[in-house]
Amino acid sequence: MKLKALVSTLLVSCTLFSQAYAFEDKTIATDGSTSMEKFIGILGEDFTNKNDGVKFTYNPTGSGAGIVAVLEGRTDIGLSSRALKTKELEQLNATTVAYDGIILVVNKDNNVSNLTTEQIKDIFTGKITSWKELGYEDRPIVLIGREAGSGTRDGFESATGTKDMCQYRQELTSTGDVLTTVSQNKNAIGYISFAASSKKVKTLNINGVTPSEQSIEEGKYTLQRPFVFVTSKQQKLSDLDQAFVDYVFSEDARKLILKIGVVPASKK
Amino acid sequence: MKYVINSKSNLQEKVAHGAFFTLGTLNILLVTLICVYLLLAGLPGIIKIGFFDFIFNDTWASTAQNPQFGILPFILTSLYGTLAALLLGMPIGFFCAIYLSFFVSKKLKTFCIGLIDLLSGIPSVIFGFIGMLVLVPFLQELFNLPDGASLLAAILVLALMILPSIIKVSIVALEAVPKQYIEGSLALGANEVETYFKVIVPAAKSGIAAAFVLGVGRAIGEAMAVMMVSGNASNMPALFESVRFLTSAVASEMSYSQGLQKEALFSIALVLFVFILTINASFNFILKRGQRK
Repeated sequence: MKLKALVSTLLVSCTLFSQAYAFEDKTIATDGSTSMEKFIGILGEDFTNKNDGVKFTYNPTGSGAGIVAVLEGRTDIGLSSRALKTKELEQLNATTVAYDGIILVVNKDNNVSNLTTEQIKDIFTGKITSWKELGYEDRPIVLIGREAGSGTRDGFESATGTKDMCQYRQELTSTGDVLTTVSQNKNAIGYISFAASSKKVKTLNINGVTPSEQSIEEGKYTLQRPFVFVTSKQQKLSDLDQAFVDYVFSEDARKLILKIGVVPASKK
Repeated sequence: MKYVINSKSNLQEKVAHGAFFTLGTLNILLVTLICVYLLLAGLPGIIKIGFFDFIFNDTWASTAQNPQFGILPFILTSLYGTLAALLLGMPIGFFCAIYLSFFVSKKLKTFCIGLIDLLSGIPSVIFGFIGMLVLVPFLQELFNLPDGASLLAAILVLALMILPSIIKVSIVALEAVPKQYIEGSLALGANEVETYFKVIVPAAKSGIAAAFVLGVGRAIGEAMAVMMVSGNASNMPALFESVRFLTSAVASEMSYSQGLQKEALFSIALVLFVFILTINASFNFILKRGQRK
C-alpha cells in the first residue's frame, strides 16, 4: 500500500511540476528551408494554440543556412528539406518528420505509364523531345513546370538533379493550372505535389513504383525529399522543443501534415 | 459687395469644404506615397544588378545558382503584346462605336451598350480561364503547335479585354460632336458616310485618342489573364512561343521571392510604371499640340 501511495504521489507531483514549470524556455526558434514554410507554419500555429504563452518563430533562410544556424547555436530546431550529409551527421541529430512526394502527370490519352529516373532527367533537360522515344505517338514533349521559387519546382529539380537545367514550355503559378493544362494537352507532362493527385490526369510510375503514402515513406518511390528537423548533438533539446518534436508525430499533427500535401513520417 | 450667408449654411459650407479638402488631399497623398514607395523599392534592385544588365540582358534565371536578372524579353513582350492587341482591338472598337452611334435604333443601342458594360465587368481571371480552356487548345489545334499557350493567345485575350473601354470612350467622344456639324455637312451635299468619317471623326479626334490611351493602359497593365494564357517562360517574344509579360513576371514570382529576387521584381514594377507614365505623358503632349493647331 505504502509503495502505491508513494508512486501515486510522485506521479501527481510530477504532473503538477511539469504543469507548473513546464517549458521554462517559452520560445521555439526554427530556422531553415523555405520549402517547409507551409509545413512549419501550420504545425507551429496549432502548437501555440494548444499551449498558452508559447512563442514560435520561423526564419525562412534555406536548408543550408538552417543547418549552420543549429551548428552555431542560433536556433533550437533547424529545418532541412534534404537529407543530411554524413559529415553533418557527426555533429547533428536528424529527425525525419515528413516526406514531400512529387508526382509526374501526363494527359489521360498518353499511353506511357512508367519512366525511369534517367528518362525523367533526359526529358526535362531537353535530350528527349518526342513522345515516340518513350513509346507513344510522334508528338513533341511539352514541359509544364512551376514558377521560380515554388517549393514543388525546387523539390522536383533537386530530387531529379535537374536544377536550373529544365527547359519549360510553360511556368504556371498553381497546381490547378498545371492540372488543367496537362488534362488539355496530349503533349504535356508536368509535376505536382503528391497530395494534389487528380483523376483529371494520369499519374506516372517511376522506376516501376506507384506513388503512394507507403511507397513514399518507405523510400521506394524516389521522386521525393525528406523534411528533416536538425538538432544539436552537444546541446540537449529543451523540454518545450522536445514537446514540439513529439507533437509533430501526434495524430493531430499527422492530419494537418496530410492536409498540406505532405506525407507524415512515423517516429523511429 | 459681400454676400451675407446665414450661419447654418455657412457651417454646411465649411463642413463640405473640409470634407472635400481632406479627401482630395488624401488622394494626392496616396498617389505620391505609391510613387515614392515604388521608387524606393525598385531602385536598389536596379542599382545592384546594374541598369544595362537589367534592361538589356536577355536571360532571366532568378533562382539559379548564378542568378541572372535580364528583363529585355519581358519588356519586348509587353510592347509587342500591347501594340498587337491595340492593332486588333482599336479598329474593331472604333467601328463598333461608329456603328452604335449612328447606324442603329435607340433600343438596340441601349441593349448593346448593356452587353458591353457586362463585358467590361467580367473579372480578368475569367478571361484568363476561358482563354486557358477554350482559346489555348483551339490555337494548338489550328496551328498544329506543341502547345497553344503563346504570345498570340495573350494578344487575342488582351484585344478582347480592351474592347469595352475603347468602344465606350469612343461613343462618348462621337456623341459630343455638335449636331450642327452633321446638319451642316449634310446640307452641303456630303452623304452620311462622308459626314461620319470626314466631319465627325476629325472633330472627335481627341476623345478617340483618349480611348486609345485607355486601351494601352489596360493592355500593358493586365497581369492575371495574360499569365494564364501566355505560358510564362522567359523567352524572347515570338508569336507562337511561350512568353512572359512585365506584369506576369512580377505576379508569378512575388509570392515565394526573397532577397535580390524580390528587389528585382520591384524593379520590374518600376520599369512598368515608367512605361505607363511615358505613354500617358506622350499622348497628353500629342493631344495638346493637336488642340493648339
